[in-house]
Amino acid sequence: MKMIAKKPESLTGAKYHYCPGCSHGIIHRLVAEAMDELNIREQTIGICPVGCSVLAYDYFNCDMLEAAHGRAPAIATAIKRLLPDRYLFTYQGDGDLASIGMGEIVHASLRGEKITTIFVNNTLYGMTGGQMAPTTLLGQVTTTSPYGRKVEWEGYPAKMCELLSCNEGAAYICRTAVNSPANIIKTKKAIKKAFQIQGQGLGFTLVEVLSTCPTNWGLSPADSLKWMEEHMIPYYPLGEFKVKGE
Amino acid sequence: MSDRLSGNEAVAYAMKQINPDVMGAFPITPSTEIPEYFAAYVANGEVNTEYVAVESEHSSMSVCIAAQAAGARAVCATSSCGLALMYELLYVAASCRLPITLACVNRALSGPININHDYSDSMGARDSGWIQIYAENNQEAYDNFIMAMPIGETPAVRLPVMTCMDGFITSHAVENIELLETETVRTFVGTYDPENYLLKKENPLAVGPYDISAYYMEHKVQEAEAMKAAKARILEVAAEFEKISGRSYGLFEEYQMDDAELALVLMGSTAGTAKAAVDKLREQGVKAGLVKIRVFRPFPCEELAQVLAGPKAVAVMDKSEGFSANGGPLFAETRSALYDLKDRPYVINIVYGLGGRDAKVEDIEKVFKRLADIVATGETGPVYTHMGQRSKEDMV
Repeated sequence: MKMIAKKPESLTGAKYHYCPGCSHGIIHRLVAEAMDELNIREQTIGICPVGCSVLAYDYFNCDMLEAAHGRAPAIATAIKRLLPDRYLFTYQGDGDLASIGMGEIVHASLRGEKITTIFVNNTLYGMTGGQMAPTTLLGQVTTTSPYGRKVEWEGYPAKMCELLSCNEGAAYICRTAVNSPANIIKTKKAIKKAFQIQGQGLGFTLVEVLSTCPTNWGLSPADSLKWMEEHMIPYYPLGEFKVKGE
Repeated sequence: MSDRLSGNEAVAYAMKQINPDVMGAFPITPSTEIPEYFAAYVANGEVNTEYVAVESEHSSMSVCIAAQAAGARAVCATSSCGLALMYELLYVAASCRLPITLACVNRALSGPININHDYSDSMGARDSGWIQIYAENNQEAYDNFIMAMPIGETPAVRLPVMTCMDGFITSHAVENIELLETETVRTFVGTYDPENYLLKKENPLAVGPYDISAYYMEHKVQEAEAMKAAKARILEVAAEFEKISGRSYGLFEEYQMDDAELALVLMGSTAGTAKAAVDKLREQGVKAGLVKIRVFRPFPCEELAQVLAGPKAVAVMDKSEGFSANGGPLFAETRSALYDLKDRPYVINIVYGLGGRDAKVEDIEKVFKRLADIVATGETGPVYTHMGQRSKEDMV
């Protein structure tokens, strides 16, 4: 019998702790498949965030280092500068990257650090129980915006790809989603491209992946995908925002 | 009125009753529920607080500092790494003499990263100039928060106050609680009426200006004097609070200390466990007793020395490591307090419960057994040990 699919080498195979319908499982697998296909697993070091994916070191089958909340890009910068022939990726949620870590990500991209950030945006702080994040959509109900986010109280949701693509140091900035098989394939392509551009030493690379959080959205996994399509994608348009050289 | 609330909800409810002007909010386990409950009060119009959801704890404390400098009452809640990220601002708040009230839900500080209870977060902030008051249970967490503003805002003190409760053990466990009427709380807390604040046209001022060697030290001595003055004010406020609640509070609580020969000094929810151990030992004829420290800053040095002059042996139980190579922070303070006694008891330090490791009644009994052995043999043995260390023989 011919084997047509298997667990990527770049995953340990440990059982995920994520909630049913959460996108982290898919995104972990895509990052791992990209590492396998580029044959870079043994040259790759990953940086874990604080948030739901804080335990990512249990799942990725490469060396991982745990960063303080929001500090992954600074950590990755130091390792990459000391070990320039390795691949560095940070795996960060929106509560980590767009909030407490806004300074780090902006400056890492301005400096053109040759690292790859996988930015998982589910529009709220998942691990602490669904509070409003900088990425929470207008009108979206969270535990700290019980009647929905209001512009006059909390301002506008952060569009990270649009913001970071202005920076000269950014070599690849792309937003994808994991709501459909086609978009899942596109997400993997984007992650591979980001690693390749990192390998070419062109600058900072980031793939924002729109993700679901059925638990904190209070929706079923299927309805969460629909909600992502109807609410997130219109505000957070998909596509490549910057490709250096193109 | 009686209710059943978790520690977090009890503190959020106290905040609602007080109706502060500003809350700086950022989520972190296990204090997150406090800003969550409070967000609902704001959204429902039950309070008229300006609720500012910011991007980090460094910013939430900055919000509180600015609000308080403008003459408003500001509150905040945090834990662990959140408190650590506020560290710079804690000193600014205290030195600007801004009586902010912060609910600290204690959680072990990274690393290793851990969400469970110990005091490594607030102990790291013990020298920042904040008053620190610790609760054993939900009732005390609620009561301490209501007493915080009358303590901190009084002109002789004018310091920020951190009310601390044990993460998860107290913050998330639901217990019976006696709540005061909102009118009673508002009258008790009163209005914040600083003589100086930003944009008061009769008295333009700069808050937090540059202050080097010419005056920095005078500035710090005033802060030190304020912390000394806080001790009497804490007792005054406790006496007033007893009138409205029937519940009495001191700088610490003595439990079976009148004739105690063997005594513990500890803090927080472990006191409940330790009281059960004391009761059990008392039934067996052992003269065991306990001092539960409520106020850690200012530290009740002379008062504690008086109480500890009685027992023959004392174990100070620290639920945080100090890495002094010489014992934990509560031990350092307590042993220093005993120095001026003519006849000092034997004193040992037990560091326990780090990162949320459980301490049971039997564990506390072992500590008393160790004290009894010390009294019997006159040999103290190792002074500074860690309880329940899996890699070593359990010295207790």
